[in-house]
Amino acid sequence: MEMPTPDASILARKSRIVERLMGVLPKTAVIHEEVETRAYECDALTAYKCPPLAVVLPASTEEVAAVLKICFEEGVPVVPRGSGTSLAGGALPTADSVILGVARLNQVLETDYDNRIIRVQTGRTNLSVTGAVEAEDFFYAPDPSSQLACAIAGNIAMNSGGAHCLKYGVTTNNLLGVTMVTMEGEVMQIGGAHLDSGGYDLLGLICGSEGQLGVVTEATLRILRKPEGARPVLIGFDSNEVAGACVSDIIKAGVLPVAIEFMDRPILEITERHAKAGYPDCEALLIVEVEGSPEEIDAQLGLIKQIARSHNPVELREAETAEEAGRIWLGRKSAFGAVGQVADYMCLDGTIPVSELPRVLKGIEEISAKYGLKVGNVFHAGDGNMHPLIMFDANKPGDLELCEACGADILRLCVEVGGCLTGEHGVGVEKRDLMGAQFTEADMEAQMKVKDVFDPAWLLNPAKVFPLETSRTRRERDVAA
Amino acid sequence: MLSPASEAELSEAVAAASGPLRVVGGGTRSIGAPGTGEVLSLSAISGIELYEPGALTLVAKAGTPLAEVEDALAKEGQMLPFEPADMRALLGRDGVPTIGGVVAANAAGPRRMLAGACRDALIGVRFVDGAGTVLKNGGRVMKNVTGYDLVKLMAGSWGTLGVLSEVAFKVLPRLDGATLLVRGAKGADALEAMVRGVTSPFEVSGAAVVPGEGTYLRIEGLETSVAYRIGKLTDLLRDLGEIEVTSDANASAAIWTRIRDVTDYADTPGAIWRVSMKPTDMVDRFLPAIAEIGAFDHRLDWAGGLAWLRLEGDDSAIVAAHHAVQGAVTENGGGHATLFRAPEAVLRRVDVFQPEAPGVAALSNGLRAKFDPRGILNPGLMGGA
Repeated sequence: MEMPTPDASILARKSRIVERLMGVLPKTAVIHEEVETRAYECDALTAYKCPPLAVVLPASTEEVAAVLKICFEEGVPVVPRGSGTSLAGGALPTADSVILGVARLNQVLETDYDNRIIRVQTGRTNLSVTGAVEAEDFFYAPDPSSQLACAIAGNIAMNSGGAHCLKYGVTTNNLLGVTMVTMEGEVMQIGGAHLDSGGYDLLGLICGSEGQLGVVTEATLRILRKPEGARPVLIGFDSNEVAGACVSDIIKAGVLPVAIEFMDRPILEITERHAKAGYPDCEALLIVEVEGSPEEIDAQLGLIKQIARSHNPVELREAETAEEAGRIWLGRKSAFGAVGQVADYMCLDGTIPVSELPRVLKGIEEISAKYGLKVGNVFHAGDGNMHPLIMFDANKPGDLELCEACGADILRLCVEVGGCLTGEHGVGVEKRDLMGAQFTEADMEAQMKVKDVFDPAWLLNPAKVFPLETSRTRRERDVAA
Repeated sequence: MLSPASEAELSEAVAAASGPLRVVGGGTRSIGAPGTGEVLSLSAISGIELYEPGALTLVAKAGTPLAEVEDALAKEGQMLPFEPADMRALLGRDGVPTIGGVVAANAAGPRRMLAGACRDALIGVRFVDGAGTVLKNGGRVMKNVTGYDLVKLMAGSWGTLGVLSEVAFKVLPRLDGATLLVRGAKGADALEAMVRGVTSPFEVSGAAVVPGEGTYLRIEGLETSVAYRIGKLTDLLRDLGEIEVTSDANASAAIWTRIRDVTDYADTPGAIWRVSMKPTDMVDRFLPAIAEIGAFDHRLDWAGGLAWLRLEGDDSAIVAAHHAVQGAVTENGGGHATLFRAPEAVLRRVDVFQPEAPGVAALSNGLRAKFDPRGILNPGLMGGA
């Protein structure tokens, strides 16, 4: 993975740039000593690191606008940062960039149950949005697994999903409006508390643009009333193919579970050692969860169990109590941590048509054998969003590169069967150089034209999403000239 | 009239065009004054490309009749989640609604508030930009954040950024439903009935008001579940009016087709606006404000977030009312009002779309100039010169 060479003229102007930033922000909100900027050298994709020129932590939309105006005038790239939980390197700095962190923008501005909306500053964490409304039995639906730490700003940048999006959709389906600051420092309102756009759907364009179009400081989000209850069922199978067929049959039967999670044998073995959730010894495990009143849950699970039985499961276990439900989810929720205990790992999130599940799992097995790296799969099966975890040893020379190559092969396979490179983590730097596998030059040109309109100087998070060669002329052109 | 039979022919036709083009699907929901350019019909680029019920995915060419798509889905017990309206009766049009036209209009019926609009179910597009370049975005999987989301941008762009050639959707199981009417609920009570319904845990999938009748709520799902929820909602709402339940699935569906297609206004004179606002702004502020402007008739959907307005008057009165309605939206909390039906002479005098704030308009205009640099796609529509 390569990043652009830092602009020497920016590095040379560091003290002036820092001084100007300190002119519009409190002293504690500008971090520029190298020992301190190091805390921002990477996000959750820790394989790549680089301390930024400086870090700013504005506490209002006005401060964000003032910072961006200065950076625009100075021609300094800006890398927006939520909580730094990106698995794709979305918040990875370059040495000549300013990190704009939204952590201090963490207020709830308005809760409105009649209209089912909440308005928040975007540094607020995902889980704390639900926290702000759960006393009234409401919740915010998108639930990425980093939800304890990740910020709404990052959710919007990456259009984050989660385990329950089969029913409730991803961020873009739950976002009604934003306050956005452009690179030039102009503040604008896109969308609001109403549904849909009266003109072009700019909100839909901003969501998932990886911090390349503007800095979102406030968001109006849809909140929902909690269902009366939820209950999972665990189903074990002796082959991935049969588990895949069962997923497809459940969906075809007309029940829409809120979640269908899939774990394969490598993951089950590691998880069971670590979390001791009491999972059966099998090749593939499904966790299917439905919602509603007890009677509704019984009716839906009745249908699901009937379908599962027709596929001869090795185990079929329904939670009778909240504690049993917790145990069913325990292994799934501990899976990433468990893998982290035994190896370094890279987590991909290519998405595939559900019908291609068996073929892709087989393909991953072959790729895993070819590279000699263990790969486990734990993922959202209802929507085909894979999460292959490639295990490697970061201390072994060459293993990271081997892992990157293995990951690239897996993602190319996802695209080949009609899927995509990333379902919910974003492109960032991690999948940037693979964009050509999914898109033609013309497709990428069309996307880059959008950035030309929002950020003509290409200063916002410029070295992400598009292969460096593809974006080079735009990034290196002197706009003033 | 140009009528390309393939995406390649479509690309050639756009690239070779020397003047404005008027992009047409079935012509059943087109908006604004009729354009002057040569008609570019998509009706020959038709057919379902792929349908996998087990993956909840359908891909169709843009000119495919909507009915063909809905029939294929119904055979497998599935549906388009966003419930697109048939606008022919309301707008007095003939023709065959196409799936591409549905996308170009970002159509959405009563289920919008629960399941999203067309833009939320749309997972992939192929289109030809104003230079004739064939482009794709999204794909056929329901979670996809690879690159920018041009899928959303294309939905509701009314053929001004590109000509759609293929569209892909996430679909949902089709469930039978029942309807509960709170008879006689009006004004604040009618809103209250909707609010109680949609803030309950009982998953209301339609919430509408027909003045003179009351508040309608729809429940969909497995039979036992529907009966249970109807019972709970009845308890929740009985203080607001007499509760009438329509349990028969077909009779219930007919109620929502009427609301979806706004058939109450089908054989009436007058202009029609479609307004989207925050529900409480709509009912508490906007509707009283426009009552000062004229004798508007209205219907509410989306739990109060959507209003259909109707006003009779001569052309000058409609033009004046149009500006007043759009102004009242801005002054009473924001949103958008679009003039859906009016005499051609009126349509030629106004921009039917809600004006955007200057900064936002600059972005919209910038995008249009990039995707259609020659300004040949539906010029005049959506603010284009």
